[in-house]
Amino acid sequence: MNAPERIAAPIALIAELTHRCPLSCGYCSNPLELERASAELDTATWWRVFAEAADMGVLHLHLTGGEPMSRRDLPDLITAAAAAGLYTNLITSGVTLDDSALARLVEAGVDHIQLSFQDCLPGSADRIGGFRGGHARKLAAAARVVASGLPLTANFVVHRGNLDRIVDILALGEDIGASRIEIAHVQYHGWAMLNRAALMPTLAQLETATAAVAAARARLAGRVVIDYVVPDYFAARPKACMGGWGQRIINVSPAGLAMPCHAATSLPGLMFPSVREHSLAEIWTGSDVFAKFRAPAFAPQSCRGCERLEIDWGGCRCQAYALTGDATRADPACALAPDHALVVAALAEAHADTVVPRRVTTAVGD
Amino acid sequence: MIDASAVPRLRPGVKFKFDRARDAWVLLAPERLFMPDEIAVEILKLVDGVRTAARIVDALAAAYAAPRDVIEVDVLTMLDDLRGKGALAA
Repeated sequence: MNAPERIAAPIALIAELTHRCPLSCGYCSNPLELERASAELDTATWWRVFAEAADMGVLHLHLTGGEPMSRRDLPDLITAAAAAGLYTNLITSGVTLDDSALARLVEAGVDHIQLSFQDCLPGSADRIGGFRGGHARKLAAAARVVASGLPLTANFVVHRGNLDRIVDILALGEDIGASRIEIAHVQYHGWAMLNRAALMPTLAQLETATAAVAAARARLAGRVVIDYVVPDYFAARPKACMGGWGQRIINVSPAGLAMPCHAATSLPGLMFPSVREHSLAEIWTGSDVFAKFRAPAFAPQSCRGCERLEIDWGGCRCQAYALTGDATRADPACALAPDHALVVAALAEAHADTVVPRRVTTAVGD
Repeated sequence: MIDASAVPRLRPGVKFKFDRARDAWVLLAPERLFMPDEIAVEILKLVDGVRTAARIVDALAAAYAAPRDVIEVDVLTMLDDLRGKGALAA
């Protein structure tokens, strides 16, 4: 049906509504320099972006941040997204999700809520998130979501400091009534990269966790979906960058910059098009940034001829740049990559004890 | 395997809709997109939370003038698969 040169429509729009957040997790993957509140897109612009997304074939809308509930117009944004026909997923810490806030979201037509959890132990969870009482608020929010009849995903971010509790973490997800549990290993982008040596799990921890997830999947089959991906540094093969650079996802930053991935601001020399000036369709099919690393025109030199090229397209561009200083190289997470020794070395050197909490630093003059 | 007397229904948060951009039916679930094949589409059109799996088999056997036992295997296998993926309850 499609001519070969035609670029397939994206399936998902990730709308980063704000970089504001009440938490200060040391593994925050947002950029070191955050976009300030005064630079955020206004309500009407987001409405237009959602309508454009639906028109071009986007199916899923992920509302995220920062903390998207920091936007007072969130219910209005969800109303517009639902009217456009988008499947609307709210990704929130849940610390401000009280009864009236949830009622407004339900009335607006939200389809699914994902709550993040920092741990299963309240003290540790509050310490990691830097928000006293946050864990208890999240548990209350989860109970509200389930009582409302909305499907709930419990997202647990795991790392060396909490991975030993994986069995209890999975049990907590089940206990609170999540229909989906996501066990998300920290990805070393943005602030998280600064803390890599303190966050990296040990191989023994990882093997125990992987086995615990397999057991929980068998036990909960048909009731709870469990998503779990072995982290890059331990996997023999890299992940396709967001399903392939410019293949499936558009990410729009709080200030309206469109990018193939929320970490892409870490790459040098890219001029991201703004949704203030261009339609999403123009950006998807016509911008240099989305074309730059898009397969099949782009492939890392050392990946050409590899039988796995069309599976992972050479992995993550941001990780390639962060580790090698060259975004066009094969992702060093791949055991076949010329720079794989960098990943091996990072694992060997991961002995730091202290995680530095996220601090808010905004760019000057934006 | 799903029992023929079970009543399949979409789980909360799962939507079965026609996508004009792709000219295809899609099944949307939290963080999941399923692209059902033609047979699955015909089955899903009959999943309404009221019909039993057996009645879905009856309807398709009649519509396609096909042997009921063949249709039954297809229907129960497909429903069981989607239940395993968290899209259906039954």
